[in-house]
Amino acid sequence: MSTSIHLSLGQVAASLALVALAAAISFWRRTDLERDIVVAAVRSFIQLTAIGYAIKLIFEADTIWLVLALLTVMVVFGAFTARSRAKKVPGAFWPLLIGLTIAAATTLGLVVALGIFDPTPRYLVPVGGMVIGNAMTASAVALNRLGDEVSESRAAIEATLALGATAREAAEPFVRRALRSGTITLVDSTKTTGLIFFPGTMVGMLLAGAEPTDAVRLQLILLYALLGSVAISALVATGLAYRNFFTPAAQLREPTP
Amino acid sequence: MLFELRDVSLTRGERRVLDSIDAEIEPGATAIVGPSGAGKSTLLRLLNRLSDPESGTIAYRGRPLDSYDPLALRREVSLVPQLPALLPGTVESNLAYAAKLAGKQLDTAECLRRAGLAAEFAERDVSRLSVGEQQRAMLARALAQQPGVLLLDEPTSALDSEARDAIEATLRRLRAELDLSLVVVTHDPEQARRLADRAVRLRDGRAVASGTPAEALA
Repeated sequence: MSTSIHLSLGQVAASLALVALAAAISFWRRTDLERDIVVAAVRSFIQLTAIGYAIKLIFEADTIWLVLALLTVMVVFGAFTARSRAKKVPGAFWPLLIGLTIAAATTLGLVVALGIFDPTPRYLVPVGGMVIGNAMTASAVALNRLGDEVSESRAAIEATLALGATAREAAEPFVRRALRSGTITLVDSTKTTGLIFFPGTMVGMLLAGAEPTDAVRLQLILLYALLGSVAISALVATGLAYRNFFTPAAQLREPTP
Repeated sequence: MLFELRDVSLTRGERRVLDSIDAEIEPGATAIVGPSGAGKSTLLRLLNRLSDPESGTIAYRGRPLDSYDPLALRREVSLVPQLPALLPGTVESNLAYAAKLAGKQLDTAECLRRAGLAAEFAERDVSRLSVGEQQRAMLARALAQQPGVLLLDEPTSALDSEARDAIEATLRRLRAELDLSLVVVTHDPEQARRLADRAVRLRDGRAVASGTPAEALA
């Protein structure tokens, strides 16, 4: 199968025509996104090129330590990014960091332990990147929801605390809804995969000339791994983050301005 | 002495909500009276440690408030908030939850009766209660914990005068039937006179008078 394809920078540049089209639509319909579209195109070019060279280096060095270093950077960066979307949650960074770390370690550990992939950079780097990226989105959505839920339901939470409930008991319905909203997007898209959209890995493998059955199997493995990592990261992040809304005496903290 | 407040202050943002409050609350029924924004509800929330003052001390039955386990304290000193906030479900499920937290045997019909609700309200979904019924269900829920002190935040502010009189009658009957102290926050001096043995008058976060309702509200 391993037919690989080679693309020139000229071909990449040609695809910018579609970015120009997107910017033109934004300008024409005044959605005020032209700037963001250009920034997104430039950032994606720089970031992917850099990571491309980094991955090339890591593959050539073929050592697990460089892989771990790269995954650590991804986890830290992911936690920072997710934190910016969870502004109403006090001290969101650590719950996110711990959630992403546990999600990445468990997911990668399991796929290696179950003999699905070899513990080599060629597998761990791309799979780790996907796992961390999806876990980041899920836990950001979950904490964003948690922040909204808590700030809208302060009276209900305090009424439950006033009965002598623990912080955990008072927050439980809101933590559950936050966890659900963090996980449900991927669950729904997994349900419709192949019908409404073709996921990226499968598309990539098909373009690279792989057998469709191989492309499908790899895609399934990744989808299942992602479901696990998304659930773990959202569970850990919400399970740790709700505590930051409360004092040790089970008082709901005043919202941070 | 039930509660003893010494030099209690609290700031929210730029605003000094409570300013060096000294007050004594004896067993029985005490009204905390003042116009809106005087700091009444804030003061009430301090008494079961839903929040803490920035400075000053509060004692409950002679012991510093923060020496009690906050969860146990809140089951003993039960706050009925101003805005009805029942948990989704039936009236009975709310009572059962409260009784379970307090580790108390639940007599639903008795709690409902004491709060002035007929026994058939037990099965009623809380989303189908009127505001007055919600207020009574909150009261029944607090009673399910068999507290020693009830903190009531404007218990009749959302009600018409008929429903208000009924709630006041319920509160007077509760005091006669149970060994229960009441701390009632109200903006209405008349209500304080009808319900309370003692009153503390607040204005702009300061305790400006206290004593019998006649003395404090003169």
